[in-house]
Amino acid sequence: MNVITDSHVEGTVEHEDHGLSDLGYIKIALLLAVLTAIEVLTYFVDFGVLEVPSLLILMVVKFQIVISYFMHLKFDSKIFSYLFITGLVLAVVVFAAMATSLVFWTDPAGCDAGRFC
Amino acid sequence: MKARRRLPLDNATEVNTSQLAYGPTEWDDYDVPPLTTGLSNEKMTMWAFLGSDCLLFAALISTYLLLRNRVGPDTDGSTAAELFDIPFTSVSSFVLLMSSLTMVLAVTSIGRGEIERCKMWLLTTATLGAVFIAGQVYEFTGFYREGLGFTTNISSSAFFTLTGFHGVHVSLGIIMLVTLWSLISRGNIGAERAETVEIIGLYWHFVDIVWIVIFAVVYLIP
Repeated sequence: MNVITDSHVEGTVEHEDHGLSDLGYIKIALLLAVLTAIEVLTYFVDFGVLEVPSLLILMVVKFQIVISYFMHLKFDSKIFSYLFITGLVLAVVVFAAMATSLVFWTDPAGCDAGRFC
Repeated sequence: MKARRRLPLDNATEVNTSQLAYGPTEWDDYDVPPLTTGLSNEKMTMWAFLGSDCLLFAALISTYLLLRNRVGPDTDGSTAAELFDIPFTSVSSFVLLMSSLTMVLAVTSIGRGEIERCKMWLLTTATLGAVFIAGQVYEFTGFYREGLGFTTNISSSAFFTLTGFHGVHVSLGIIMLVTLWSLISRGNIGAERAETVEIIGLYWHFVDIVWIVIFAVVYLIP
């Protein structure tokens, strides 16, 4: 296969190293399967106070692995990462705004928070 | 100004397929200005779309979390959380997770010019996606038989809206995969346009990561 060598577009070279081998991806998938199994285990085994934190950590780790390796963000241009992370940060802000309603607005206008008003 | 167009497929074997998506030779004979970032516009557009789609799902998940235990003043019935079949949903989650593996194998295959193998992985991915959707339909049917419909209460509305939107995303992904398979089979897309497969792959992985969040936050966290 010939390689394009005459390039007037900056940033081309960084895409030469573009991801893992097939075996590497299979190993990543196995890791994700193990992490999912641990997640499901929390349903059958009582993890006590660690249940929610462990589920959140596993979720974030799985999320990070998929976007880094399967979606190639680890190997691709940082601009793609910035685009996606911008959306992700805004999404977390939406989440945080919702969380304030659980903490500060549980009884709006005398409404019973346990029921829909 | 001449319109931008693709290289003919006949020239495909003369270029490095891993770099064509970003390379300048595709544009040299035309008056299209070079990309200032050196990156693919199509790929950047997909990433911008995925970033914006994060907001949609954040809003839907937030709404569900807010309403998950509320059935309303004049309604009754179960909440969706009371009817979850976690072992069944776990299998569905595993199926969708493995579809991400087959998708990335399709991308690497076409990058190496292995068209037939790419087609096989694309069909496998679409099939796994269809299995996931079938599982979701089965789950929804079970809920309905238990008396939990979309309008039963505010909790069920929030649940069906969230998971339904995700299901629509997966269904659209399946349509894109089958269309891609068809285009490759007819020779309209070859190894020189590996980036097209990669962009569809980005969308497919996105629906996977959204499900990773939904599975943990909606199904597993009590």
